[in-house]
Amino acid sequence: MTHYYQKDIETASREEILKIQNEKIRKQVKHVYEHVPYYRNLMDEKGVKPEDIQSVDDIKKLPFLSKADLRESYPYGLLAVPLNDCVRIHSTSGTTGKRVVAFYTQHDIDLWEDCVARAIVAAGGTEEDVVQVCYGYGLFTGGSGIHGGSHKVGCLTLPMSSGNTDRQIQFMMDLNSTIICCTPSYAAFIGESLAERGYKPDDNKLKAGIFGAEPWTEEMRQSIEKSLGIKAYDIYGLTETSGPGVAFECEAQNGMHINEDHFYAEIIDPDTGEVLPEGSKGELVFTALDKEAFPLLRYRTRDICVLTREKCSCGRTFVKMCKPMGRSDDMLIIRGVNVFPSQIETVLLNEGYTPNYQIEIGRKNNTDTLDIYVEADPSRISDKVADIQDMEAGLASAMRTMLGIGPKIHLVPPKTITRSEGKAVRVIDNRKLHD
Amino acid sequence: MAITQLSIFLENKPGQLHEVVKRLSEAGVNIRAMTIAEVRDFGILRIIVSDVEKAKAVLEDDHIITTTEVVSAIMEDKAGALYDILQALESANVNIEYMYAYTGEVTGSANVVFRVDDIEGAEAKLKEAGVEVL
Repeated sequence: MTHYYQKDIETASREEILKIQNEKIRKQVKHVYEHVPYYRNLMDEKGVKPEDIQSVDDIKKLPFLSKADLRESYPYGLLAVPLNDCVRIHSTSGTTGKRVVAFYTQHDIDLWEDCVARAIVAAGGTEEDVVQVCYGYGLFTGGSGIHGGSHKVGCLTLPMSSGNTDRQIQFMMDLNSTIICCTPSYAAFIGESLAERGYKPDDNKLKAGIFGAEPWTEEMRQSIEKSLGIKAYDIYGLTETSGPGVAFECEAQNGMHINEDHFYAEIIDPDTGEVLPEGSKGELVFTALDKEAFPLLRYRTRDICVLTREKCSCGRTFVKMCKPMGRSDDMLIIRGVNVFPSQIETVLLNEGYTPNYQIEIGRKNNTDTLDIYVEADPSRISDKVADIQDMEAGLASAMRTMLGIGPKIHLVPPKTITRSEGKAVRVIDNRKLHD
Repeated sequence: MAITQLSIFLENKPGQLHEVVKRLSEAGVNIRAMTIAEVRDFGILRIIVSDVEKAKAVLEDDHIITTTEVVSAIMEDKAGALYDILQALESANVNIEYMYAYTGEVTGSANVVFRVDDIEGAEAKLKEAGVEVL
């Protein structure tokens, strides 16, 4: 039987949701126009007045906000309430430039934690559960966001933060954690560490995991589920919109329900900004419908994704977003074909390789070249050159099927592809197209 | 008695071979025979060493190593010696994947290493033909 944290809204009819959204957007646009000069200027430039926005259908008339706007208005430029009314700040890691700081009133924290609580309950969480939070705590939204949601559900919360895997495993075993929340790569690492210590997947009491904050694939889900003996659920969010919990996966495990009573989602063409019809692939744009302190309207996430309104077996009526298929800014166009690094990762995992790879794009005789360097699995390497060439050819053929273009595969010894503490350098583009 | 060959997967770029040999040298492992099979991007260094376990221990953390059983036959330093050996293997219908030779301890002879699909068959046939096998 399906459980809900806030059943009325999570299973509301389309009409009811639209009614709530329309009421909220009218109020929100007025609030932003009056209190955020930066956005008021953008609206004025476009000739849009608050009274032009009467329903969510009118949202498409509003100007977009991008990461560049957030940088330009750093730190207080998009703040919509007096600082006195704010109770917390979170911040992005700043890997792509200047940090973004987001502000929260108590109301904002409450609605965020409600969203996370819905995600925990959708993953099977109840007040009986022990939730091990191994997202980082601090400026990052992951730790405190999940922590707050876990409190709302009434779970026993273990605020582990990230790292110190020995301690994670000790607490997991000694205190019988039933739900684990972290990044999918850390979940995979904990799975490997458990196996190294001789534990079998059913030696722990975990039943579910809620993983997010970085891209992961369906294949990675299956491998994490197997290594930890759990069901793995995806959760989505950005510091700019609040944090994890903007969208969450249910028992159907085939897409994330967007908390539509708080966030309005659109899919746009990343080049023209035009809103695309339902089911189209494009860039995901969010409008915060009732956040007070940092209410971003039409924020361009850069995540490429598809929205669907197909009826979900869990009974929730919120629109579903697929796993982001890549980012509009890391989409590669090679020989005219759109290629996302995540597709390459999927093929590697399907073919039994580790997802440690590097893509090198070049140009020879006016044709793009694609070279993929992949760390070989020692147990599959033989002493015969022909066997290794066969492995490379097999992988190249699987890549061609998935990507639509054929790469040259280079197997390299393990641990030779540079890893950094944060984000690995996956793509080297040597094409000089703009000289 | 088959002997153990180590095969080390190397990227085809400067310093790779140097690094492997340096480690073996520091560990006091003697390389008795070696050959490299190379294609454009990578090579496979195949070696027969004085101490297989020690060589593995100093290399396996950072390299892909496979161990392969190979046949090593002693061949006289005279015309037709290799032909006789190959004749014996041919009659046993043994397929040779690759082979290489190195100077043996006995003056006037060489050791020939064969990677074959049927070690026992190869050895039996070589002994039958009067070839000394290591």
